Amino acid sequence: MATVATTPSADALPKRANPLWQFIKVQPLGVFGLLIILLYVVCALGAKWIAPYDPEAIDFAAMLAKPGEEHLFGTDQYGRDVFSRIVYGARTALAVGILSSMFGCTLGALLGAASGYFGGRIDNAIQRVVDIMLSFPIIVLAMVVVAVLGKRAALGIDWNLIAAIALPIIPKMARVARSSTLSIVAMPFIDAARAAGFSHKRIILRHILPNIVAPYLIMVTAFMAQAILLEASLSFLGLGVTEPTPAWGLMLSGTSADFYQTAPWMILFPGAAITLAVFAFNLFGDSLRDWLDPKLKS
Amino acid sequence: MLRTVLRTVIASTAALLVGAGIAGAQTPKKGGTLNFGVVAEPPNYDCHGSTTFALVHPIAPHYSLLVKFDGKEYPKVIPDLAESWTVSPDRMTYTFKIRTGVKFHDGSPLTSEDIKATYDRIINPPQGVVSIRKAYYADLVVEAPDPTTVVFKLKNPMAGVLEALASPFNCVYSAAKLKENPRYPETQIMGSGPFAFVQHVKGSTWEGKRFDGYFRKGQPYLDGYKIFFVKSGGVVPGILGGQFDAEFRGRNPSEKAQLLEKMKDKLTVHEGTWVNNLMLVFNTTRKPFDDVKVRQALSMAIDRWGGSDALSKISILKFVGGVMRPGYSMSLPEAELVKLPGYSKNINKSREEAKKILEQAGLKDLKFKLLNRNIPEPYTPAGVYSIDQWRRIGVTVEHEQLETKLYQERVAKGDFDVAVEFQADFMDDPTAQFSKFLTKKLSPSGYSGHTDTKIDEMYTKQRQTMDVAERTKIVREMERYALTQAYNVPILWWQRIIMYNKKIKGWYMTPSHYLWQDLSTVWLDQ
Repeated sequence: MATVATTPSADALPKRANPLWQFIKVQPLGVFGLLIILLYVVCALGAKWIAPYDPEAIDFAAMLAKPGEEHLFGTDQYGRDVFSRIVYGARTALAVGILSSMFGCTLGALLGAASGYFGGRIDNAIQRVVDIMLSFPIIVLAMVVVAVLGKRAALGIDWNLIAAIALPIIPKMARVARSSTLSIVAMPFIDAARAAGFSHKRIILRHILPNIVAPYLIMVTAFMAQAILLEASLSFLGLGVTEPTPAWGLMLSGTSADFYQTAPWMILFPGAAITLAVFAFNLFGDSLRDWLDPKLKS
Repeated sequence: MLRTVLRTVIASTAALLVGAGIAGAQTPKKGGTLNFGVVAEPPNYDCHGSTTFALVHPIAPHYSLLVKFDGKEYPKVIPDLAESWTVSPDRMTYTFKIRTGVKFHDGSPLTSEDIKATYDRIINPPQGVVSIRKAYYADLVVEAPDPTTVVFKLKNPMAGVLEALASPFNCVYSAAKLKENPRYPETQIMGSGPFAFVQHVKGSTWEGKRFDGYFRKGQPYLDGYKIFFVKSGGVVPGILGGQFDAEFRGRNPSEKAQLLEKMKDKLTVHEGTWVNNLMLVFNTTRKPFDDVKVRQALSMAIDRWGGSDALSKISILKFVGGVMRPGYSMSLPEAELVKLPGYSKNINKSREEAKKILEQAGLKDLKFKLLNRNIPEPYTPAGVYSIDQWRRIGVTVEHEQLETKLYQERVAKGDFDVAVEFQADFMDDPTAQFSKFLTKKLSPSGYSGHTDTKIDEMYTKQRQTMDVAERTKIVREMERYALTQAYNVPILWWQRIIMYNKKIKGWYMTPSHYLWQDLSTVWLDQ
């Protein structure tokens, strides 16, 4: 009697856990980081409704007011509400952080994938350029770019600042992408794609890049923290965002430093906002890496 | 809070009174080294090619001038190398009698030839020599008929000749050395001032020692001086930590509060007006800033009187004034100033009028960029305040802060809408103060790009008017005209706050940070 193979019913198959739930269960610290990031996102998107005051409006009558009922985090030397400036500052931090890390990582991934895929002279040339770029301290490279390019604002964002922050990210991502690509190009499906006559562009875009998404996502989140910190540093040095735009780094810089003794809240709260954001992105990035990297799963 | 303010006021007043009293009564003591901070370093050592205090503060003690401003009674001009002078009845010839027995630091005698060679270098600089103010002295011809006489003949009538000759940048050089190499002052220091040069450790220190052959017998009192080049933020920690005892350019109110709190009665504080202001320059080659009504409306939105009090607590911006320093003999009296656009004390009415003007010009939602230096004090507060004031009449302004070099390139090219520019010189003379209000034809710093020759004509006329009362009349008329045309409009004038350890005596504050820095009268009470 012939035996008919039957497909087991869906109920009989072992249940695949919801990935989000799995992440929550396995990486509680990552979830904590994600919640803080979401809080910042809410602040950035809903700043208009959350901030009690116009962040740029000068009110000398409230100059250097202590934190209290009227001004939760106090006011600065111009009488501007520090809480409102921090809430609006989340826009600058997230916009610059997300855009620059995404641009930097995407360009780095493309460059790294091409380097690993083509190998030979192309790989050698790209890697030497990467070596040169890596030899500069991040802040120095960003400062040079800002100083040379100046400002180019559109949609309320300084695109040259984003370029300056993205640039130091490119070589780091390129290195990671190259090493991932080297292991992928050795796999049979790449040989199959080549044998089928697919173009280099198609192989890179359709077969290699989708397979390096995991390290890409990890790097993007990790670099967001670095980008936020770099934006704050550049603004602190007077090279990033300019007054009166609310930005955390800027709130710590310039004449603000003159008031740290009489009005410590002027630097404490923006400092805490930067620290918390960097902490949250690092926490989330590390958890994402632990969760996505099969080698670390055990 | 009130207690802190009261304490600060009492301490500051006491320090002022006590400082002034003791300085006036005590006999100077000899000896000691004066240590002070300077927040910038000179690019080279040539006074004639410089405009910066970074050169004056280290170098002024090494050189003598023909005449100089009196630190105690500014703007009085007193003799330095000149013993006396006479002016011809037509005021076209100034004859100076030069002191005898004056020596350069190398022991060579200083004569009228050295003064002639110095002024010839300023007026007609040889190839490769930079003389920043040569146009200022273009109407002068210098003669040295004998070793103790120098004669300045004017090609055209010129007011304020003595004040112009008292420039702290007109260091007297050795004619013999200039003959060998006209550019020697760029790299070597050899003057006849109270202190001889010892060393300059770049990025770190500058030292001078007493010149025993100085022509004023008994002076200088100090054995020497040592300068520490520090960042601006390092001045207060430097004084508190005892690394140095003074900084003579000027500090801000917050730094004053910090030092007073820690040093209390060990600190001497001087406060007063400063011959510096920040102004808005409208680029009249760009629309809509070619329209006088628009420029006036933008000036009218700024509450100078209201902002003065608050800004003076957080920055060095303080005094409301026109083109001339408030309080100077030729400046417009307040009663006249308040009648001009932008100076009304009724800011609400002024802003309503400004809004109407912009509406009528079809510029209800005017947007532009404000170009500024990225220097925190006082440029950033000036930019932030102006932008806030313009928001109140519905004008949106983007603040573009650049490195000084990039800023200067953009301003010189005329690549800006509105710029925040400074006016600073070593004296109040209108010939200096109006230089940025003129057409580019007459002044390279006429950044607004206007072609209004009426202001140039008035400028030339005042420059050539010798009678003080008549000149004052022209200057005031010119000031009224300039502020009404509003090519450039001052925001606020600066306050000068100088603080130093109480043991320093014999230093007097003038409204200019370029003056009275030869340290010949300074002594240490220790």
